[in-house]
Amino acid sequence: MKTVYKKPESMTSATTIYCPGCHHGIAHRLIAEVIDELGIADHTIGIAPVGCAALAYDYFNIDFSETPHGRAPAVATGLKLTQPDHVVFTYQGDGDLASIGAAEILHLANRGFNITTIFINNAIYGMTGGQMAPTTLEGQKTTTTPFGRDLKVHGHPMKVSEILSNAAGVAYIARGAVYDPKHVMETKKMVKKAFQNQIDGKGFSMVEILSTCPTNWGLSPLDAVEWLKKNMEPYYPLGVKKDIDQEQ
Amino acid sequence: MGEKYLMKGNEALGEAAIIAGCDAYFGYPITPQNELTAYMSKRMLEEGRVFVQSESEVAAINMVFGAAGAGKRTMTSSSSPGVSLKQEGISYLAGAQLPAVIVNVMRGGPGLGNISPAQGDYYQATRGGGNGDYRLIVFAPNSVQEMADDVMDAFDLADKYRMPAMVMADGMLGQMMEPVEFKEPKNKKDLPAKDWALTGAKGRPRNIVRSLMLGGTGLYEHNEVLRKIYAQVEAAETRYEELETADAEVTLVAYGSASRACIGAVRHLRAAGKKVGLIRPRVIWPYPYKALEKQAEKSKKFLVVEMNLGQMIDDVRIGVAGKAPVEFYGYAGGWIPTVKEVVDRVNQML
Amino acid sequence: MPKGKVVINKEKCKGCELCIAACPKKVLGLSEDFNTKGYRYSTPLHPEECIGCGFCAMMCPDVAIEVYREE
Repeated sequence: MKTVYKKPESMTSATTIYCPGCHHGIAHRLIAEVIDELGIADHTIGIAPVGCAALAYDYFNIDFSETPHGRAPAVATGLKLTQPDHVVFTYQGDGDLASIGAAEILHLANRGFNITTIFINNAIYGMTGGQMAPTTLEGQKTTTTPFGRDLKVHGHPMKVSEILSNAAGVAYIARGAVYDPKHVMETKKMVKKAFQNQIDGKGFSMVEILSTCPTNWGLSPLDAVEWLKKNMEPYYPLGVKKDIDQEQ
Repeated sequence: MGEKYLMKGNEALGEAAIIAGCDAYFGYPITPQNELTAYMSKRMLEEGRVFVQSESEVAAINMVFGAAGAGKRTMTSSSSPGVSLKQEGISYLAGAQLPAVIVNVMRGGPGLGNISPAQGDYYQATRGGGNGDYRLIVFAPNSVQEMADDVMDAFDLADKYRMPAMVMADGMLGQMMEPVEFKEPKNKKDLPAKDWALTGAKGRPRNIVRSLMLGGTGLYEHNEVLRKIYAQVEAAETRYEELETADAEVTLVAYGSASRACIGAVRHLRAAGKKVGLIRPRVIWPYPYKALEKQAEKSKKFLVVEMNLGQMIDDVRIGVAGKAPVEFYGYAGGWIPTVKEVVDRVNQML
Repeated sequence: MPKGKVVINKEKCKGCELCIAACPKKVLGLSEDFNTKGYRYSTPLHPEECIGCGFCAMMCPDVAIEVYREE
């Protein structure tokens, strides 16, 4: 029999600390599969966020750095500019990237350095117990929006991919999801392009992945998928937001 | 008032701040103080006051700077790495003489560390942390009741002296649940009026909130103003508790969660006929140097117990001024002393 | 002889059921017993239906699944 699927080489055998059904695990797998397929594991460096994926380095067989909350784009800049032949990617959640790290990601996107960012948007702060994130939806109840997100009090949910697409240094920004095999396959193509762009020296590339957080949403993994489809997808439409290859 | 509630430290502190009249709370999630931010996100809105979950700890301290500049009672909270982010803003608050309350629910460090209790930010709180010569009034509660009492006093003293004040709790105090009774807030009429606040210059000369003083001797004079204020605070706001110190051969010195085991150790050792006492600072700036100076006349040895690698011990050595040996017992990284550990360590000294 | 074969590491499985929902042939279901972490784990209840499409492995966040197919 031929092997249709087995663990990517770039993933360790460690059991992750992620909750059952958390989409972090799927996103990690896609990155590892892409790193394997592109044959870049021995010169790829990953950058972990502060958030549930703070221990991401336990799950990848490649060099990895921690960073202070939100500063991954800056740390990536330091790593990439001093070793331009290496592949450097940041892996960040919605708090890390869009809240405290907003300045850093905006400047990286504008600078257009050859760095890849994988942005996990689950509309909540997971690690710290379910607080509002910049991407939390209007009306969504979290531990810091106990009455539901009120636009007047808490502001609007942030459409990060759309906002960053306007930055001049961006080569590619796309938004995907991983809630069924079809979307997993489409998002994997996005992730592969985002890494290939770095290898080809095209500029800053980012893939935003709409993800579930069953525990903090208070839903089962499958119900969380339905909630995402019903609530997140209409506000955060999937698809390519910017691609300089299409513009030429 | 008069009613006892069973509350988590983080939440009791939040409720006490509201009772003290906190007009605006700005915070960002970080363990182990998330319950405080979550509590304020609900209660502040219920009371019609200002709550913002800021984009970062840096943003929060600057929102505090704004609210403080408006003459409002304002507070932010975080834990060690987040308080590091606030240092610039705290220095600005001190330089601009703005009252504000900052709560640090300490966790293990350095860096991202862990989420367990620690006392590793003592230097940061009492030796500046931010740039320049400034001081904070730093409260050191060791119970849920004291967390509630201290935050109310922090607002009052911050207003009285026009300076920021800090409440230093730790992950254990923030998480534990104990009975708490909320005291009556002080009458704000006893405090100086905030005629310096940015309320709009209608009918009065304009006010400027600033810490920048470029030309001539401006900054020199400003620092002399600060020096005088800090001297007044040192003279009037030292707070500490003494337990069985009158005839103590070994005197323990500890604050916060570390002091709880020390209290137990003193009781245990005294029951065994050993002469041991405890000096527990309730405020770690200004520091009770005089109490230590006096105790050094009576006590043969001091043992400083901290949940770090040795920070407050510097202040104990200053107070004792070489009159007696000062030893250290402590570990960083989430260690909390047990009564037995402290008893064993003291027995080595007796 | 089924076209495909699914091997699930029951100790890695957290019982999230994403694979069960993704399987087009309804091969998988939750076990009756528990793994050492206390999860009911995904397991082939109808292995004879497996076509080796790999959808289950594509969904698994815990890399608990290996899929094989007849040449």
